Amino acid sequence: MTQIQFTAPTSVKAAVRCLAEGGKNPKVLAGGTDLLVQLRAGRVKPSTIVDIKKIPELKQIKAEKGGFRIGAAVAGAELSAHPGVKKAWPGLVEGFDLIGSTQIQGRASLGGNLCNGSPAADSVPALIAAGATCKIAGPKGTREANVETIVIGPGKTSLKKGEFIVSFFLPKRPRRSGDAYLRLIPRTEMDIAVVGAGVSLSIDSKGVCTDARVSLGAVAPTPLLVKAGAKALIGTKVDDAALAALAAAASAACKPIDDKRGTIVYRTKVAGVLARRAALIALDRAKGK
Amino acid sequence: MAKHHVNTTINGDPVEFLCDTEQTLLDCLRDELGLTGSKEGCSSGDCGACSVTVDGRLVCSCLVLGIEADGCEIGTIEGVANGDELHPLQKHFLKEAALQCGICTPGFIVAAKSMLALNPDPSESEMRYWLAGNLCRCTGYDKIIKAVTNAAAEMRGE
Repeated sequence: MTQIQFTAPTSVKAAVRCLAEGGKNPKVLAGGTDLLVQLRAGRVKPSTIVDIKKIPELKQIKAEKGGFRIGAAVAGAELSAHPGVKKAWPGLVEGFDLIGSTQIQGRASLGGNLCNGSPAADSVPALIAAGATCKIAGPKGTREANVETIVIGPGKTSLKKGEFIVSFFLPKRPRRSGDAYLRLIPRTEMDIAVVGAGVSLSIDSKGVCTDARVSLGAVAPTPLLVKAGAKALIGTKVDDAALAALAAAASAACKPIDDKRGTIVYRTKVAGVLARRAALIALDRAKGK
Repeated sequence: MAKHHVNTTINGDPVEFLCDTEQTLLDCLRDELGLTGSKEGCSSGDCGACSVTVDGRLVCSCLVLGIEADGCEIGTIEGVANGDELHPLQKHFLKEAALQCGICTPGFIVAAKSMLALNPDPSESEMRYWLAGNLCRCTGYDKIIKAVTNAAAEMRGE
């Protein structure tokens, strides 16, 4: 058996080099809550493991342009403990906090949850609804991409060879904005989403929705940005008719599979129900309730 | 590639060991250092039997590589008692018979201790959520919750 090399670079530049020089199948290690399970099961056979947690930028949460820059390796427990992010984006923080146990929260990262490529990743619909972008470093330098462009299929991402996510950017919140993420699981804790729905919206002083983003998880091969759902809300007072249109748009966007967690029919129905409920919570938050 | 030389602190004592990349912190604690208090249950981060703290943060040691412990402060079940004197959590686990087979117990005690360090007076709901990543197939959890409740009260001086 060839031994797995290990390296823990302390800069983004060094990490890019480690990945370029890391043999046939270098793997990035952040929280390790997916990688170590895959390693043990023999599903991944890395040539090199590159631990990115020693890079300061990957573990920081900073204010930037009125919004926040969150390092890709920041753990769930660290994000939950940040009062600024929690105040501006409670839905994102709650979505991330739904993942796993206290022990998992101590390690699991936003970047890892995204790059693992699960259609059911709980933080991803919340990130997409938030309009988050990510900074990606690679052999050709750095680039920014919208979060919804990263996952392209179960376990597959659009990251090119040698690229990794450095950080996420959450934009400045207009006044009277709110977000929410809801998921359905058959238990109360520690399970994988049957359906997840994230909604972020802003309203004006008259209560009219001026901007919205809607995202769904676990109902298609990738997390979805549902533009028709946002369209159903914008220009309305998020009344019953708008919520019904949102639910219909969410259900229409679903392309789920039948599996042990739920059937196609059930997931499609629940996606509409959860989108509607998430929109109501986001609306309450936008109104300061 | 030669083995990695890891310098770490375990329960306050400086410790060094050698490991391969794929050895988990749990493997290193048990197989390299003889600290067999942390148990291997699922090896996938689901059961919590291997719970330890790394720089004060509660984690599953089966989901941490041994080499990641380099330069860190590790806390394990072996560091919970003060010499021969049991920690209040340990005393109340015994008193309430909050264990049968005992495999989950070290993980529960390490996890409960880390909870009480942050929140000395948790509600039952907070306890159950905090400990949701620790599975026990013997007790049905009620005795564990009672033991943690009583230990927390003793630690608060009540």
